[in-house]
Amino acid sequence: MPTLSSGNVPPSVAGVDRDLDMSAHPAAIEARHLDFYYGEHQVLFDVSLTVPERSVTALIGPSGCGKSTFLRTLNRMNDLIEGSRCQGEILVEGQNIMEPAVDVVLLRKHVGMVFQKSTPFPKSIFDNVAYGPRVAGEKNRAVLADLVESCLRKAALWEEVKDRLTTSAMSLSGGQQQRLCIARTLATDPRIILMDEPASALDPASTDRIENLIGELCANYTIVIVTHNMQQASRVSHQTAFFYKGKLIESGPTMKIFTHPSEKKTEDYITGRFG
Amino acid sequence: MSEQNPSGKTARTNAGSINGVSINGESATRRPAVSFISGGDRHIRSRLMLSRVFAWLCRFSTYAALAVLVVLLAAIFYSSIGRLSPDFVTNTNSTSPLKAGILAGLWGSFWLILFTAMFSVPVGVGSAVYLEEIAKDSMLVRIIKVNLANLAGVPSIVYGILGYTVFRTSAAAIATLFDGKHLIGVLGLFKVRLSKLPIYEDNILVGALTLTLVILPTVIAASQEALRSVPSSIRVASLALGATRWQTIWRQVIPAALPGISTGVILSTSRAIGEAAPLIMLGALTYTSMCPGGIESPLELLTKPAQLLQAPLDQFTAMPIEIYDWSKQPDARFTSVAASGIVVLLVVLLSINSVAMVVRHFASRRLKW
Repeated sequence: MPTLSSGNVPPSVAGVDRDLDMSAHPAAIEARHLDFYYGEHQVLFDVSLTVPERSVTALIGPSGCGKSTFLRTLNRMNDLIEGSRCQGEILVEGQNIMEPAVDVVLLRKHVGMVFQKSTPFPKSIFDNVAYGPRVAGEKNRAVLADLVESCLRKAALWEEVKDRLTTSAMSLSGGQQQRLCIARTLATDPRIILMDEPASALDPASTDRIENLIGELCANYTIVIVTHNMQQASRVSHQTAFFYKGKLIESGPTMKIFTHPSEKKTEDYITGRFG
Repeated sequence: MSEQNPSGKTARTNAGSINGVSINGESATRRPAVSFISGGDRHIRSRLMLSRVFAWLCRFSTYAALAVLVVLLAAIFYSSIGRLSPDFVTNTNSTSPLKAGILAGLWGSFWLILFTAMFSVPVGVGSAVYLEEIAKDSMLVRIIKVNLANLAGVPSIVYGILGYTVFRTSAAAIATLFDGKHLIGVLGLFKVRLSKLPIYEDNILVGALTLTLVILPTVIAASQEALRSVPSSIRVASLALGATRWQTIWRQVIPAALPGISTGVILSTSRAIGEAAPLIMLGALTYTSMCPGGIESPLELLTKPAQLLQAPLDQFTAMPIEIYDWSKQPDARFTSVAASGIVVLLVVLLSINSVAMVVRHFASRRLKW
């Protein structure tokens, strides 16, 4: 049976300083007393979580614990599900995004999302990255070209695709496709990036690249990542939140959660006794 | 231990065995040798036989249908000998079987199909987009979806009656409201021609609107099918990038569904080209030597621009109507005229269907799957 000690926690990726005191950072997201329902079925119970600016927060927990649902409330992707209902407050950059006056199109431009399964559009690599700016009204070819290059560079994909920007995005490998999706998200110039198990369908080498990328991106972006991989959570995040049966059991600095969790349930999950 | 781990420990204590099979060297009793040579087992032989019989039955069904088609085509080509010649497609109808041609019907069908496609594509694709992409799942939407299939099964003559009641009657009303003089005021450009322009109540537009009703359920169903085949992850990803619903539909969903939509539209249109019943119902001409708008060759589409406006409001006949008319003629020599008409109709149908294949190919090549 594994025991909890700092020696068992893998080293963090470059760019993620787990000893940093995140309480000093201003909050990028503040969820307060969030309840969420699919029809009559309640899936989130009174969740309150603060995500500091320019940090990585990992959401962990067993399947069906509500961590993905919570993630999707942060850019109101759950609005697409008929019969879903949400109560409570979510402040993004100080504004309550649950207000009816909020324009979800603007919200999603600032709160980008990367999905578990890479979802490139059946278009060229260039058109994939340029899609966000284009739907926002950017038409200038030169501006788009610069943006596509800088986003592909940020996503560590430029060197691999610079000679074939006009070929189909579908011709890329799984790991490249996922980095393309990250580049595509960066192109809308978001403040916050939500990642829903971004590496769960990838091989170890590609996973490694994505994790290093997260370490680089958190210097400029606030990242919230859902992951099933506990090692990954401990490698890439400053803060970890543990969900169980729709409740936020515990959240705190990643080193603390992985070495001295306050809750028994958290310890059981992290040591692999269930989940 | 908490109540959450009933199996965690037991799994570890049983580590010495997998699925209950001992791996610690306890030898099992040897089982008798097996043979893989065919023909030994009676039970297997009868199963194999049944399998072969079934395959032959399926093969027979396919080739029987094909044989009927081949015989039919051969018979038609054989009958068409005697009249099928280049002047059959350049002559209009005649009382003489040696001179009768299909030109008027060819042009009538051309104009009908042109306008039918122009009406049915926006309405059909629009309805499909609404039903699949926009409408919330309500009782009304469900009733519409179920009944679209029923509408596709309604005999076309029923649409003919509807077309007569709605479109032909409206056309008659419009004809009395806007006689030539009124139209001059509306379109000063074509003053001279239009002053002589008569509006017929059994015109091309009325026919095309009726044919639109006939094929609309099929167009909607094909478009719905194509839209449904677009993975929803594309829609979600597009919305997550800050695209509006309209941008998502227009830039992602419709391009991805376009090969399916265009094939559906073209195949439905080729069904409309063979329809005679609703047109007869509307009172389309059976015997005429006039092409709509007086346009008798593709070149005249360019050289007689004023006639272009007249054509949609002109009386017409169509290929299936002329074929039907010839087949009823007492003079036996008209048999080969009717057969030649069928050959021309089939050639037109085949060309439309090959256009469908080409369009599908190019529409899916623009997508970079």
